[in-house]
Amino acid sequence: MIDSSSGTREATRRETLIEPHRGWSALHLREIWAHRELLLVLTLRDLKVRYKQTVLGVTWAIIQPLFTMLIFSIVFGRFAKIPSDGHPYPLFVYAALLPWVFFANAVSSAGMSLIGSAQLVNKVYLPRIIIPTSTIGSALVDFSVSFAVLLLMLWYFEINLSLSLTLFPLLTLLLVVLALGVGILLAALTVSYRDFRYVVPFALQIWMFATPIVYPMSIIPESWRWLWYLNPMTGIIDGFRACFLHQEVHLGSLWVSLFVSSFVLILGISYFRKVEHRFADVI
Amino acid sequence: MTRGQADAPAIQIETLGKRYFVNSAHFAGHSFREMLMETLRAPVKRYKTLAGNVDEKDTFWALKNVSFNVGRGEVVGVIGRNGAGKSTLLKVLTRITPPTEGRARIYGKVSSLLEIGTGFHPELSGRDNVFLNGAILGMSRPEISRKFDAIVDFAEVGQFIDTPVKRYSSGMHVRLAFSIAAHLDPDVLLVDEVLAVGDKRFQTRSIGKLQDVARGGRTVLYVSHNMGSVMDLCDRCIVLDGGQLIFDGPAEAAIRRYLEMMSEPERGLHEGMFKGPLTDRVFFKELKINGKVVNGNMVVSPSQEICIECRGESRVELADFNIFTSIFKDGVRLLSMQDSPEGTVLRTGNFTSVMELSAYFLRPGTYTVGIGGERKGQYQWLWGVDVAQFTVLEQWQEGYEERDYGPINYAPHGNRTQ
Repeated sequence: MIDSSSGTREATRRETLIEPHRGWSALHLREIWAHRELLLVLTLRDLKVRYKQTVLGVTWAIIQPLFTMLIFSIVFGRFAKIPSDGHPYPLFVYAALLPWVFFANAVSSAGMSLIGSAQLVNKVYLPRIIIPTSTIGSALVDFSVSFAVLLLMLWYFEINLSLSLTLFPLLTLLLVVLALGVGILLAALTVSYRDFRYVVPFALQIWMFATPIVYPMSIIPESWRWLWYLNPMTGIIDGFRACFLHQEVHLGSLWVSLFVSSFVLILGISYFRKVEHRFADVI
Repeated sequence: MTRGQADAPAIQIETLGKRYFVNSAHFAGHSFREMLMETLRAPVKRYKTLAGNVDEKDTFWALKNVSFNVGRGEVVGVIGRNGAGKSTLLKVLTRITPPTEGRARIYGKVSSLLEIGTGFHPELSGRDNVFLNGAILGMSRPEISRKFDAIVDFAEVGQFIDTPVKRYSSGMHVRLAFSIAAHLDPDVLLVDEVLAVGDKRFQTRSIGKLQDVARGGRTVLYVSHNMGSVMDLCDRCIVLDGGQLIFDGPAEAAIRRYLEMMSEPERGLHEGMFKGPLTDRVFFKELKINGKVVNGNMVVSPSQEICIECRGESRVELADFNIFTSIFKDGVRLLSMQDSPEGTVLRTGNFTSVMELSAYFLRPGTYTVGIGGERKGQYQWLWGVDVAQFTVLEQWQEGYEERDYGPINYAPHGNRTQ
């Protein structure tokens, strides 16, 4: 049986050529496009599975940034009295935690995605870049949920939305590009070098404190700021704050973010393509 | 079943080869530090490795110089001993891993049944898994929706379709997985040992299903150890040995060739038979069954105890070491025995390990033996599969219960106190 039209159908003359792998190869965008449905299915699987057998379900997506915000507000805002450029500290820190929590979750789950799907890598063919990419998709859903919380907070603190909010989609895109680049790179590296499993959580923690999340840029001495602006997350976090809290956007750091993020994405994809051929042998 | 025409090939394979690295930092580098150390210690060697000049000592050709064509609509079997390169061939053809040399062309849509149920998620329902697994295997959502009822019908999971698959019995799990894969609609289907699972009735239905696929004009490449199903499905067969193609022709002749090969004398134990990180420190040298060195097929009577004795040499002293033997039937592991389940010291020098199976334990038939050793709780082991073979004769005595099926008669007796 298989299919009613089977016996008579002419085999399509689609040809698959199998050859030894040579050096760097281009990203087959067409092939990824052909698998777009799989990307969606894997993203949905991640989402469905994540909150299965949890009592609170998707509420967890809110709890994580919300509680971090509360703790930071008490420790850094109340006790350490870190300034917040005149904004309520909880709002100040949450506007930065929103993109950061997304970034940290996306990068760490993308990094683990390939070794977590070893069976998929070993037993079926699919453009493997889909595997880390799909984890970013499900992190984006959590991001949207915690974004709703931010809107509630803005309403509570009586802050009006302004025209600078138009920056939001652009900043989100930039954030996704950076997370995708770092995530894909880490996924490929973790397959060969399991050390990265231990490096990533630790590096993310350092990175968080190297980014103006719990403190404003204004407390960094003028002569040192350039160092902070080299960090692509600085521009993004600053941008997010600017867009909700009516601050001025630091254009220079946004440009740096744009360049670094695009570079990291290209680097990540290239490295991934270079080593992809041996995943099944090494994993 | 018509033979494929030469002018309309479905698969063209030219001098295909696949090399794997053994004990080499090139691929087996498990940590970043090892790679760095290797680079620092032997920069020239590493550079050479990266440049493609490989020390052949560290490599192993799983597939070498394999060429053949498969015509459209042909059903070709691929048989050979364990480690002959069958699975590697399918992995290359499905693009899971690239070849080292040569090339292959496949015309039309390719699907593979390498391991059914890949990507099944235990927490998700049967329904969700059908869509997930279907998408992984390359079906579109409308296509899956259209075939959904047929898939569920064939799998016979009925009312459990909305239950998470972690609550399925293993039989239901396998049936659903096979059913999804069997409803793919490819031009070329690559199948590896998928019928080795499930109960007898389901196996029969599965073979029937594959026969339908074949009759529908699809091209099938079928890897199996089960000669019965190869005979049922294939007209033509390819025999692989040591990564090379040694026979290509009618299925019956190929199976005869394979059976001959299985009873050819082995060259005793040698290093190449073993895998694992300890292969350069522990060496198995001789395997005796009932006091005789195994050479070719060893014959034992069911009334005899089967005493498996292996001798070897260790270059180092290893604490908590355990040597084990596994018995296989048609590629399926029946049991394993250990000489020291908790582990004892293995001293430098020669060692002998003896393990015994009681009489009337195995039913008549041919069995293969694997031996290995491991350090308890460490990632240190070596293991060789198919190192010897023996046949239990059809001389069964009255009074010993002989069931008409399965390889094991009964497990060792228990004790009762009253």
